[in-house]
Amino acid sequence: MNKVMSLDTALAVMPIALELNGKAVQTHVQPARRLSEVLREELGCRDVKVGCNAGDCGACSVLIDGAPVCSCTTAAAQVAGRSVETLRGLVETDAMAADLKAAFEKHGAAQCGICTPGVMVTAAALLRSGEALTETVVQDALGGVLCRCTGYRKIIDAIMDAGGVLAVPETAGPAADVDAIVGAPIPRLDGLPKITGTEVFGDDAAPADALVVRVVRSPYPYAAFSFGDLDAYRRRHPGIHLILTAKDIPGKNCFGVIPPFADQPVFAEGIARFRGEAIAAVAGDADTVNTLDFGLFPILWEERPPAMTVSDALSPEAAQLHEGRAGNIMCRGLVKKGDVEDGFASADIIVEGSYSTGFIEHAYIEPEAGYALRVGDRLEIYGCTQAPFMDRDSMAEIMGLAPDMVRVVPTACGGGFGSKLDISMQPYMGLAAWILKRPVRITYSRIESMQSTTKRHPSAIDLKIGATRDGRITAFHFRGDFNTGAYASWGPTVANRVPVHASGPYLIDNYLAQSRAIHTHCPPSGAFRGFGVPQSAVAQEQLFDELALQLGIDRLTLRRLNALRNGQPTVTGQVFETGVGIADCLEAVQPAWDKALEDAARLNAEAEANGSPLRRGVGVSSGWYGCGNTSLPNPSTIKAGVRPDGTVVLHQGAVDIGQGANTVITQIFAEALGVPLTSVKLLGADTDITPDAGKTSASRQTYVSGNAARLCGEALRAKILRLGNVSEQARIRIENGEIHLIDGSERRTVAIAEAMPANAEGYVLVAEASYDPPTSPLDKNGQGNPYAVFGYAVHVVELDVDLALGTVKLKKFTAAHDVGKAINPMLVEGQVQGGIAQGVGLALMEEFIPGRTENLHDYLIPTFGDIPPIETIIVETGDAHGPYGAKGLGEHVLIPTAPAILNAIRHASGAKIHHLPATPAKVRAAIRAAQQK
Amino acid sequence: MRYFSPHSAEEAVEALASGPFTILAGGTDVYPSLRDRPAPADILDISRIAELRGIEHSGDCWRFGATTTWTSVARAKLPPAFHGLQAAAREVGSAQIQNAGTIAGNICNASPAADGVPPLLSLDARVEILSPQGRRTVPLSDFIKGVRSIDLHPGELVTAILIPDIDARSAFLKLGARRYLVISIAMVACTIETAADGRVKAARIAVGACSPVARRLPGLEAALAGLPMEGGALAAAVRSDHLSVLSPIDDVRADGAYRREVVEELVKRALQQALGSAREMAA
Repeated sequence: MNKVMSLDTALAVMPIALELNGKAVQTHVQPARRLSEVLREELGCRDVKVGCNAGDCGACSVLIDGAPVCSCTTAAAQVAGRSVETLRGLVETDAMAADLKAAFEKHGAAQCGICTPGVMVTAAALLRSGEALTETVVQDALGGVLCRCTGYRKIIDAIMDAGGVLAVPETAGPAADVDAIVGAPIPRLDGLPKITGTEVFGDDAAPADALVVRVVRSPYPYAAFSFGDLDAYRRRHPGIHLILTAKDIPGKNCFGVIPPFADQPVFAEGIARFRGEAIAAVAGDADTVNTLDFGLFPILWEERPPAMTVSDALSPEAAQLHEGRAGNIMCRGLVKKGDVEDGFASADIIVEGSYSTGFIEHAYIEPEAGYALRVGDRLEIYGCTQAPFMDRDSMAEIMGLAPDMVRVVPTACGGGFGSKLDISMQPYMGLAAWILKRPVRITYSRIESMQSTTKRHPSAIDLKIGATRDGRITAFHFRGDFNTGAYASWGPTVANRVPVHASGPYLIDNYLAQSRAIHTHCPPSGAFRGFGVPQSAVAQEQLFDELALQLGIDRLTLRRLNALRNGQPTVTGQVFETGVGIADCLEAVQPAWDKALEDAARLNAEAEANGSPLRRGVGVSSGWYGCGNTSLPNPSTIKAGVRPDGTVVLHQGAVDIGQGANTVITQIFAEALGVPLTSVKLLGADTDITPDAGKTSASRQTYVSGNAARLCGEALRAKILRLGNVSEQARIRIENGEIHLIDGSERRTVAIAEAMPANAEGYVLVAEASYDPPTSPLDKNGQGNPYAVFGYAVHVVELDVDLALGTVKLKKFTAAHDVGKAINPMLVEGQVQGGIAQGVGLALMEEFIPGRTENLHDYLIPTFGDIPPIETIIVETGDAHGPYGAKGLGEHVLIPTAPAILNAIRHASGAKIHHLPATPAKVRAAIRAAQQK
Repeated sequence: MRYFSPHSAEEAVEALASGPFTILAGGTDVYPSLRDRPAPADILDISRIAELRGIEHSGDCWRFGATTTWTSVARAKLPPAFHGLQAAAREVGSAQIQNAGTIAGNICNASPAADGVPPLLSLDARVEILSPQGRRTVPLSDFIKGVRSIDLHPGELVTAILIPDIDARSAFLKLGARRYLVISIAMVACTIETAADGRVKAARIAVGACSPVARRLPGLEAALAGLPMEGGALAAAVRSDHLSVLSPIDDVRADGAYRREVVEELVKRALQQALGSAREMAA
């Protein structure tokens, strides 16, 4: 048997020669190592991204002999003697890839950028094939790559454009004219590195000599445990440098995003409260640690009966998860206005319903990753995050360090959507790097990311609405229970936000909304785009349809009738004199609504006549969302300086997780300063060099950090104008180390280096400004001014239901969004399309079930073929507080989507889906139920 | 730890005789099944064996080499009897998976939801197996014994799928909760042979994801034989008791009752679709 290669140890390697991006290369690796890992770690191709290690997401796609293949399911030895092409090679040498690059920039086809290498590589193979491009051809070719940000439509446009078959008007290029910066559809300023594969994400930053740390997790939702002989385990694996458990934590073994509720241990102590909870961690050589089978880690488990649902957790027999939270109730929320019983008494009609939604996984394509470094007595954390200063403060507490002894430097973030607000991997790498005094990196696998990080709260909602016979709402009573999982995370925020928003953007005088957040032995529920509001909208907007149907009133008309208007109080009694844009949005979709209903009537008559099982349905839903923290301080600070050579440096700490803060904040700043975008150099985010711009959350960056950027730009402008003693109207041009001030016919030139000395940071001029939204606390009935700004939205969807199969095919969205003022319309469209895609997932397919759907083939998110064309209508009502009138948008975009879809399914088929997701089986069952009535 | 990548089937079988190996071809099932565990210790990579790859027609048989990828199946110029199989090939995962995943890998993985199995069953496929003792063939319906369980003994290697050359119409329908990269809720494949008088000579219907192993529907097949191809007679002959061999379960994708209900509809539609292609042929 000498033909069979026989190797002695698990570290045995063999030489593999291949052609990589046109060049002959050789590497010595274990033959069965995943090609993705070998390309990234041995051959310098960090442009190959790993999203799932299971062929489910396509991020790692490379071309092998020209064909796109997932490199994570390919053995390294299988490419010996073959050609492998990755994105970086393609954009350097391939003319079609160059066309794609230009088109992706122009269309805004990359948001966070983590899926972009897989998309680009696959698209390049399609263009090379010479196949005539249609939308379906592009979808079929690209269907193996998942994107969680864009909603796919702009990618499809970009590929069709690169292939020369897209007939759309050219979008504007970078604005040369200073007057057009705000409001211009400028390609994202950080787009090119994402499109060419040079962007540095969490797993791309670590130095080559970094050790690796991996986390040992509980396989049980609820169990007591004790460790076996850890020293013996370590001795059996000489590559292990360190085993970490709770006793190794120098500070507090506790973290949480809301300090009064902080309850989550870095390492569980004796009791594991959810499947996937961290128990220990192992740090050491990559070859050793990455190949450990943790099934053999010495832990003795004693399983206990878990409480996995709200009703389990509320039962008197249920285990109590936390002291001081009796009955597993973590907190409650309340908004009460008028008298709801009086309101029902005066109603001509009362409708009620019960609704529920499950856990939703964020499913960003980048699992948590980063590295940590000890520099003297300071700890530096590099990795993906949405909240660098909160991370810094949490890490300082865990490490027992002063906050300024921790530096957090966010890498590019491959999607966050709320989950990367909480710390996850940071303590494990931080602790190991601190103790070992060597750089230590960590990369969550897809499975551990899904098991252990936060989820959208499951909801169980009872709703009752009273109205007059002409359709005016007279009373609204909402009760919602939210499964907040094992630890607090953002559960209190959800409990507070939901009662404020559950009314929808309508005028309701008699209102009572009560919420509870309840602990279970599930992963912690946290922040996910909308903080509970998408769940409450599912109930409220479906029940509005019920009301309209029972009253015989057109569904859009009912919404227009009850829409909140300027000068009318919200359910917390807050009155906005301007900027209440819901009526404008409802009006904006009226033509699309009328046409869609006409089309549906015609198509359904035809379908009935020819025996087709397809029925067209049209649905509409509103949504609203308050920007920023609820009634709490929420400041952002932005700083800028001018260097002696005239470079304007913007310290921009509002983390860009793909939504576009780097571009939007810079646009606002440049507009306020009065210089072209090309004059501004971006710096940050980095807790050592950028001031705190808060967290990327709550749709607050455009509004709050944008205001700070505006104030900072104005302050710097004032300082510059003073140099030349010119008026407010003067134009600023900075060239070759000189500032030119043009004030009517007057022209002044200031040589910057001569004007004044540079400070320690190297700036001759510096400005810093903060902005904090004007809000007020809510009283005991939830009355007050929780937000300074609300954004509004209406979605109309057209879809086909197959009555026999219960399948739903989406045909078109028309989405009207009141953004106050669109700072960058292309990025607005990108947010709308991406939010709709997540709403589609919530409505039709997504449900995280602990222990059962912990990967991206059992947990389904929408693919390239699931998102229909989306027409975005940008409504600009302005805003009294927002920068140039701009409001936030990030969360508004998915709130109306799911209820609009559910309403359309009912319109098409009669099926009422109150318990999500509306899978084909549930839709079919609901159709049957409707037919039996 | 061993990694052996032979260039002939004979060498591969020789290697298998030396002890257990994980057989690797496209990798699209081997790697995902690892979850977070390390790669298996001993791997026999059969992807470089030229004789195991490709589609050949000789005499009255079509031979699909074991490591023929789904992309190759989808793009091959094949007669209408294979259109259902080709439709299934285009529904396997995604382009990436189809470029790597192989026809034999799909059957050896023995998932109840394997996309390739229903069309292969409806084509009366046989599995060719090589061992030091020689070659044997076994009907696919016997080869897959249960969930993740196949009739392959230690030391044996699947070398090809053999399909009789017949003049037939065919179709394949897959039902899932999203467009791509989706594990089927239910699948139906049908193959219909036509007699000279324009009636059904033989029909073979197979259903996937509704029993531990995809199943043919013998009662329905018998009922369809001799029926006229035109006038909707085939779809009209489908009765719910024809599905009694199925045992659909409740799982995260759908409940069993739903599967049983929609399969009946899918069978009718698959039959219509197969006839549709027949009409196109006639035109």
